[in-house]
Amino acid sequence: MSLELFRTTNIDWLGKKWYFLGFSLIFSIAGVLSMLFWHHIPLGVDFKGGTHIRVAFDQKPDEDQIRQVMNRAGIRDAVIQQVSDPSGRAANKVIIALPESSATDQSHDAGRKIVESALDATYHGAAHVEQVEIVGPTAGKQLQKQAWLATLYSLIGMLIYLWFRFELIYGVAAVVAVFHDTLITVGAFSLTNQEITLTVIAAILTLIGYSMNDTIVVFDRIRENLALSRRESLHDVVNRSINQTLSRTVISSGLTFLTVMSLYLFGGEVLHGFSFALVVGILIGTYSSIAVAAPMLVAYQDWRVKRGKVASLPAGKRAKA
Amino acid sequence: MGKNLAGKSAFIVAVLVIFCFGIVGIPHGGLMQSIKDRIILGLDLKGGVHLVMEVHVAEAVASATDRDVARIEEDFTKAGITGATVGKTDPARPQTIIVSGIPAAKLSDARSILQGNDYSNYDVTTTADGNSSLTMKPGAIRDLESRTLDTSIETIRERINKLGVSENPVQKYGLGENQILVELPGISDVGHVEDIIQSAAKLSIHAVTGGPYESDQAAMQANGGVIPADSMLVRGSGSAGAPEMVWLLKRVSEVEGTDFRDAQPSQDQNGRPNIRFTLTTEAGDRFYKYTEAHSSTSSSPGSMAIVLDNRVREVASIQSAIRDSGEITGGFTQQQANDLSLMLRTGALPASISYLETRTVGASLGTASIHQGVVAAIAGMLAVMVFMLIYYRGAGINADLALILNLVILLGFMGYTGSVLTLPGIAGVILTIGMGVDSNVLIFERIREELRAGKTAAAAVEQGFKHALVTIIDTHVTTIVSALILFLFGTGPVRGFAVTLAFGLFANLFTAVLVSRVIFDAILQRKERGATLSI
Repeated sequence: MSLELFRTTNIDWLGKKWYFLGFSLIFSIAGVLSMLFWHHIPLGVDFKGGTHIRVAFDQKPDEDQIRQVMNRAGIRDAVIQQVSDPSGRAANKVIIALPESSATDQSHDAGRKIVESALDATYHGAAHVEQVEIVGPTAGKQLQKQAWLATLYSLIGMLIYLWFRFELIYGVAAVVAVFHDTLITVGAFSLTNQEITLTVIAAILTLIGYSMNDTIVVFDRIRENLALSRRESLHDVVNRSINQTLSRTVISSGLTFLTVMSLYLFGGEVLHGFSFALVVGILIGTYSSIAVAAPMLVAYQDWRVKRGKVASLPAGKRAKA
Repeated sequence: MGKNLAGKSAFIVAVLVIFCFGIVGIPHGGLMQSIKDRIILGLDLKGGVHLVMEVHVAEAVASATDRDVARIEEDFTKAGITGATVGKTDPARPQTIIVSGIPAAKLSDARSILQGNDYSNYDVTTTADGNSSLTMKPGAIRDLESRTLDTSIETIRERINKLGVSENPVQKYGLGENQILVELPGISDVGHVEDIIQSAAKLSIHAVTGGPYESDQAAMQANGGVIPADSMLVRGSGSAGAPEMVWLLKRVSEVEGTDFRDAQPSQDQNGRPNIRFTLTTEAGDRFYKYTEAHSSTSSSPGSMAIVLDNRVREVASIQSAIRDSGEITGGFTQQQANDLSLMLRTGALPASISYLETRTVGASLGTASIHQGVVAAIAGMLAVMVFMLIYYRGAGINADLALILNLVILLGFMGYTGSVLTLPGIAGVILTIGMGVDSNVLIFERIREELRAGKTAAAAVEQGFKHALVTIIDTHVTTIVSALILFLFGTGPVRGFAVTLAFGLFANLFTAVLVSRVIFDAILQRKERGATLSI
């Protein structure tokens, strides 16, 4: 016989919605609190401006010593950051971060030159500059605008597509789930004090798409089942649909999670923020289809029933597959 | 069976071959070499320099009006109009020239000059007391600014071409007004690039009206406490090794950087490096007039200063009239003479530039990133393939074949379209492996469901594909739309990600819908009725 993890499950998913709500609330609130009071939203140099210089040392460097070297060269506000890399290759690297004031449009390069010559003078070639990113205020604003536009158009595009394929309520439930996912992911960045750069935004937009996909799979099945049986309560139909797609959901997400984990573990330091966003996003995106989108659908429907409007959920446009 | 399996299989094989070709081109020098030649690597993988700069096009407007001020003065003198003051009174509005103090008798003459063809770019208004103001027309300003941007791009491109970098390293940068993007793969020294692009951005030759003075104050004292409106103070050293002084120079230049037709490094009679230059004919005429009027044998001998980036580089007395060939001497090393000639030869930048964004990636980091990306991709792919084999057995082979074909099509697409592979792009490939196999999971799970419900193998496969198709299309379209938006609004590395994601999903649609189905059908064809499917 074949290997099947979820032959016939019959879990009452909707019944657990309060546990799910609690779980989501904990993580959301933790993230929001961190964004407001603790690390705030750590923005990368793309948006905040400033100078980032990634330096690889032949031996593990002493952060205090680096800071002293910078002080002596006249740079008082340098921040020395560790480079995070799960594969451990970046143990000898630091990022020397100078704030926005170091990279005005008039004296764009000054910070970099000072840092590079100070490093040369002190370490005599045992320090290699691997990457430099200098973003002036004008460029920073432009990149912020790009990020906002991309996010906005992405969401609008998805809403239009959902509206086209499903009833409005399905779309709203899916968007709420997506919002929930984004909030928790950004919260995770805040809690772990990781910087949000342009590539991280790209990852977040991708996981929005992924979460939407996952939700669509469940909704497609709900729609199909509603068309087949008009006598069951929505509650039962939704539960059954989730159970039927559970196998696919867990395996598919599991496989995507495997690939993203591979990226996180082996993909290196430059992609670290990007892969972290995807790891968190895939987990939360899968969770939200079952725990947020589906209950929202049912809750909205129950609310409409209470208001005496309709007795059953419309099966959505083009219910025939 | 009538499913035309042979035709479909042939088609699939053809696709495979076509896209393999896309990856390696015509194989030469070994497989790895062919692949390396076809796939274009982004800056973050190859290492290189990325610069965004802004051209201050407004300066071109200021220079143009400066020139026209001089022209008005000349025209007035020729027409015998004396006593008028021509100038720009408001530094915040460089596009406006004010002409005042025209003697009443000459008002109509002045007006006809100002409204003539020479000044057709200006809107001329006259006030009651006879003053006129000329404001450059908005259309003319826009035109000048856009021409300035284009010239800057061309000039920078020519200078950078000498570095021997790939095609088209200089482009307009769409995110902002008057911005240029320079991308140079394989170059590591940002400082050198900036020097090549920017130094001597503005070169001009000015008449010396006073100096050298020890300081700004000394200069003003010598001129009665004030700097004449048509002059400016410029610092520098008049010859190499001399201490820094201040000169009073005529504001309007005699020769601009753009007037140089050629400049070559050479050696003077003592064997020291110098630069021989030639000017355009029109500039040569102007220069001749000026040098003749102020040569050492004339009634008012003078000196001229060569100003480089607002610093006096060289002051020379005018020996004799120079038409369009001359020499710049003094204090150059060979490298400096070479660099300066290069700048003069390719034309000066018509306006100064400032840098907005700099990114460099060292080659070692780039190579490490490629290595890590490929390792992650292989690890991810193996994990997925092994799982599919274990969990779906025979059908797992189906899925794994589809996965490999996906990869070939994806890379082939990139080879054909000349798309740039970036580090997030490699991540996109890894992501499409995970998301792509989702289609297969959808189909297989559905097939299992149908089998459990008691359908035959053939019917289950039929139903599985049919029901899963809608969902597959839904999910792929949403993600491709996402990728499209990322491509439109993203910068280099993000675009690379959008490209691999989109291509990968397209490839996946093809393999999930067609290839997997063909393989199933082929297997079913060989089985007897009622046999079980390995899934």
